[in-house]
Amino acid sequence: MNFKHKYFFLFPGLFVLIGILIFPIIFVVRLSLSGWNSYNPGLDYIGLENYIRLFTDDPRFWESFFRLSFLSVTTVILQYVIGFALAHMVWKDIKFKRFFRVLFLVPMMTTPVIMTVIWRTFFHESLGPVNDLLSVFGVAPKWLTDPVIAKFTVIIVEVWQWTPFMFLLLLAGLLSLPKEPFLAAAIDGASPVRKFIYVTFPLMAPISIGAIIIRLIEASKIMDTVYVLTSGGPGTSTETSSFYIFIKGLREFQMGYAASMSFTYLIIMIISLTIIAKVLTKVLLKE
Amino acid sequence: MKTCLTAIISSLMIFSPMAYADKWSDQFPHIKATGDIPGDCSYEKMSKKNYKGKTLKINTHAIPVMGEPTALHAEQFEKLTGAKVEVTHTPAGDLYSKAMVPFQAGQAPYDVVFGFSNFINDWKRYLAPVPKKYMNSPEMKDVTKSHMGVSSWDGTMYQYPVDGDRHYLKYRKDVIDNPEMQKKYKADTGNELRVPRTWKEYAQMAKYFNDWDWDGDGEKEYGSAEVMKKDDLMFAAFFSRSVAYAKNPRTPGGFFFDLETMKPNINNPGFVEALTDWVEATKYVPPGGTNFGLGDEIGSFGGGQTLFSFSWDDAFIAAMQDDSPIKNKVGAAPLPGADRVWNRVSNSWENQYNQAPYIVWGWAVGVAKKSKVKDMAFDYLCFFSNGANHQADLAIGRFGVNPFKNSDFDPNIYINSMGWDPEIANSYTQTLLDMEKSNNRVFPLRVPGVFEFTSAVATGTSKALAGQLSPQEALDEVAKEWEAIVSRVGKKAVQDAYAVGVKMEDNKL
Repeated sequence: MNFKHKYFFLFPGLFVLIGILIFPIIFVVRLSLSGWNSYNPGLDYIGLENYIRLFTDDPRFWESFFRLSFLSVTTVILQYVIGFALAHMVWKDIKFKRFFRVLFLVPMMTTPVIMTVIWRTFFHESLGPVNDLLSVFGVAPKWLTDPVIAKFTVIIVEVWQWTPFMFLLLLAGLLSLPKEPFLAAAIDGASPVRKFIYVTFPLMAPISIGAIIIRLIEASKIMDTVYVLTSGGPGTSTETSSFYIFIKGLREFQMGYAASMSFTYLIIMIISLTIIAKVLTKVLLKE
Repeated sequence: MKTCLTAIISSLMIFSPMAYADKWSDQFPHIKATGDIPGDCSYEKMSKKNYKGKTLKINTHAIPVMGEPTALHAEQFEKLTGAKVEVTHTPAGDLYSKAMVPFQAGQAPYDVVFGFSNFINDWKRYLAPVPKKYMNSPEMKDVTKSHMGVSSWDGTMYQYPVDGDRHYLKYRKDVIDNPEMQKKYKADTGNELRVPRTWKEYAQMAKYFNDWDWDGDGEKEYGSAEVMKKDDLMFAAFFSRSVAYAKNPRTPGGFFFDLETMKPNINNPGFVEALTDWVEATKYVPPGGTNFGLGDEIGSFGGGQTLFSFSWDDAFIAAMQDDSPIKNKVGAAPLPGADRVWNRVSNSWENQYNQAPYIVWGWAVGVAKKSKVKDMAFDYLCFFSNGANHQADLAIGRFGVNPFKNSDFDPNIYINSMGWDPEIANSYTQTLLDMEKSNNRVFPLRVPGVFEFTSAVATGTSKALAGQLSPQEALDEVAKEWEAIVSRVGKKAVQDAYAVGVKMEDNKL
């Protein structure tokens, strides 16, 4: 039988794949080899000039990348710990379980930009309610204007916004766990702590790895929180890679250079996330 | 003489009983204070146009600033001409790219594009020049020389004037002119309390009036509200502080660069002194003041939180609106000067008083070259800024429409239709008028890739404000970046474009 016609059925899927995945990446690569900017529009060819500039003459990109690494790793660790604790809490039979399950998901369902505007108002150092309350204790942190504290303000907002996502994945994982290991642990007289360490946590490892990787991918694109809260300031203290690429691409209109940064960033993320996934698998699934 | 005559005629038109009640103000309450004002694009004239079946597409700023008057005048234009007008609102930061991306792709999804006047160099090749019939209209003849220059490129107008912008000083008149405060200040500091003539005086007074309740409202007040948030127009605030130290009337040939060599002046001692002052200013702004954008600055000064402010008109107009707690308690004055100015030719300080107005960039609007309804688009813009609409728009702070016509400098407009105290109205109009007359003005940088230059300034100065770098280190970094940009864009291209701005600054255009 001739099955060649079967390839025709692949075309719709292939077409979509090329259109939405392959073409944009190829276009970004081509754009990165051009000098497209506001005064020189068009896909001219300048070779690796943008990449040479990026690797030899742009410390700001690398600073923003290391800042991003700090912010995303910190936020994801916090989200994992808090998300796991909340999921564990509502996994048990507690009162108002359904209410809490919905309540914990609310931050994730809000619009990030709008919520960040509200957080910015909360943290406003002269008009916001946070410092108004803290003034009772005689403290008034510079939430948005101190280079160190501003990083933690960004972390607070990110953790608030995205812990529910971690909570959701981990709760789904907990609900899918088999009951037998827990029954066996109970028969052996294991305390709740030992049960968590030796049963729950190892069983949750595969799901945890998936959740952490998904959140790391998302957290590494952190942009709207920084844009609204601090615009990358004070100075460059909260500037992340995506925000820096946004400035170069859509503020300064250096499209070619921004494309080279985006592509470099993509490669770095693919490599680093692959390494992180391998390390996590090795550590958490060692048994 | 011509200016006086225009002002008198405008006043007569505005305040004559006939103007107040006409058929147009009945239909369009926005112009109830003046009624229709005769002109080439008046309500009467526009009602005779027939654009039925045609659609005008406009991209403008978000509501309210400039977005609200755009939409309002679009609605009026539809009613008068039968046209269909589609208005898209875009955040300020995206105005440039939203027009530029289709422009570069050879498309014109919008017939009318709003942006900022410093976009002109990048946008001009995609915009249609303003036709002669509008250039010769009496309304256009009323536009100030500065704003004709700001809207034009080497004599050709590409941006239709709808707004006029400059930075000037705003201060709390009820404090500075208060004899008791003056006595107390003198006793405590040994200095006179007066409208600051220099940035050093500004700093002394701002520090003195920082962090205590000097107006007795039970809340603490602070020294100064300024735009210090990175990338949020902060570079313009820095230039406002720099002009006094670095714009020397005896060294023509470039404020931002040395036009001959295209070497950046941005890290010379004049600019460094200004940045040093600015870093010092972080000590007398309200809590969180180093993260203030323009909106925060308007809210802070307009809400009575600070003694001083300087930037666009908006904070002053907000303070003078009927709902403001400090209406008729504020004053306007030129930007402070300096007791010494840097001479970049002799490489030395000149110990003499210097003051320089900064005619900052502001709202601008153009018609796409590829638009198929250019006539209608220009008619819309002409209608937008006709006498009646312009007078009404000026009175609404949130509209962001500021004086740019000679007739706007008549204090009676503000006294009679906005309820301003005559002394304040006089100081306001005189301040603006003096800036027009000055021979030591600085105009916005309008060169190819302007955003790369201003973005570098914002990054460098914000690093200094955050304490990451010293003022000298920060500006050295900016200068290095500027040199790299000039080299990328091409020295000749930047030099040719910059020469046009220098001609204006050197009063040769």
